Amino acid sequence: MSDKIRQIIQEHGRLPVDVKGLDDHADLYQAGMSSHASVNLMLALEAAFDVEFPDSMLKRSVFQSVASIEEALQGLGANAE
Amino acid sequence: MADFQPGTPEEAAFLAELIARRLLVPTGVPGVYGRGEDFERVREGFDALVTRIAAPDGAERLHFPPLLPRQQLEGSGYLKSFPHLAGSIFGFEGSEKDAIEQEERAVRHEDWSEHQVMTDLVLLPAACYPVYPAIAQRGALPAGGITIDPGAAYVFRHEPSGDPARLQMFHQREMVRFGEPDTVAEWRDAWRDRALKIFRRVGLEPQKEVATDPFFGRAGRMLAANQRAQELKFEVLIPIASPGPTAVASFNYHQDHFTHTFGIAMADGGVAHTACLGFGLERITLGLFHAHGFDIAAWPAKVTRELWP
Repeated sequence: MSDKIRQIIQEHGRLPVDVKGLDDHADLYQAGMSSHASVNLMLALEAAFDVEFPDSMLKRSVFQSVASIEEALQGLGANAE
Repeated sequence: MADFQPGTPEEAAFLAELIARRLLVPTGVPGVYGRGEDFERVREGFDALVTRIAAPDGAERLHFPPLLPRQQLEGSGYLKSFPHLAGSIFGFEGSEKDAIEQEERAVRHEDWSEHQVMTDLVLLPAACYPVYPAIAQRGALPAGGITIDPGAAYVFRHEPSGDPARLQMFHQREMVRFGEPDTVAEWRDAWRDRALKIFRRVGLEPQKEVATDPFFGRAGRMLAANQRAQELKFEVLIPIASPGPTAVASFNYHQDHFTHTFGIAMADGGVAHTACLGFGLERITLGLFHAHGFDIAAWPAKVTRELWP
């Protein structure tokens, strides 16, 4: 799941750095992800994993790192292939 | 029409008094009013006060009509963040027969939208929007960045309301800063604190708050949560006629949203950020009438000296 998340971050997170160089707990916002990019990332994750983030999860901390995204997706029962 | 939000009894009473005293002139559409002599004197007086206080910034004036090329709106992200507030201009391009049919429907106040097609223009949603593409055309920004004064432009928000402080078209007095991230963030914070002083000088009691824009939908909730967590938007609020204080100015740090959208960078290749501030001139005018009474001849000298030195 982590690889797929990383690929989506690379495509939609508009990071100035390569996501490969970041560990699972690195702060994506500190790495340069903007708010608007994080919305695109959120929508891309929903499409890729066929889930819908509830309102309570539409906040900054959920999309802060590869690990926090993975935890959120697992909480929503996303396919962990 | 969009959902009409009725005013509270106090807002409705304040509006009725403004109309009775010919400060506002009703047009039949909620949120769209003519402005009377004294209303305009106060609005222009406050606008001029902002200009005097901003003078040391050495901002470059860059003014636009209250319209935006439709393609600029389409490229700005506005329709993603605020589709519910935008106003698009449509026009007639049909035949003589179509014109007759359109007129017949129109005189009966029936739906004649079938004969209207989208034009290349939309109503201006915020005074700073035309500034970004204009600056992008110039190329990279010099070290230290630039400050632009787009003046007080009429802007449109499609949100009919019975609260006189929620207008569909009003003057937004903006200033826009382009530059290195630190420079821009410091400018935004300095103006936020400067604004508190301006409001106190005209006898108002301002308070500042971290705020969010009225973003649309689920993506909007996420943007609002991000905006709040990063304190990207501050508002200054004053009492008008609503139950709580009303936002009359906002101080917005866009980070790289507009510089990324329009391809604006620093001359040394570094990342450029933007921030803007906006004074809602009609709301401030309403706040001044609410605080000092409807007769401007009876306002405290301390206030009138600031507005009309």
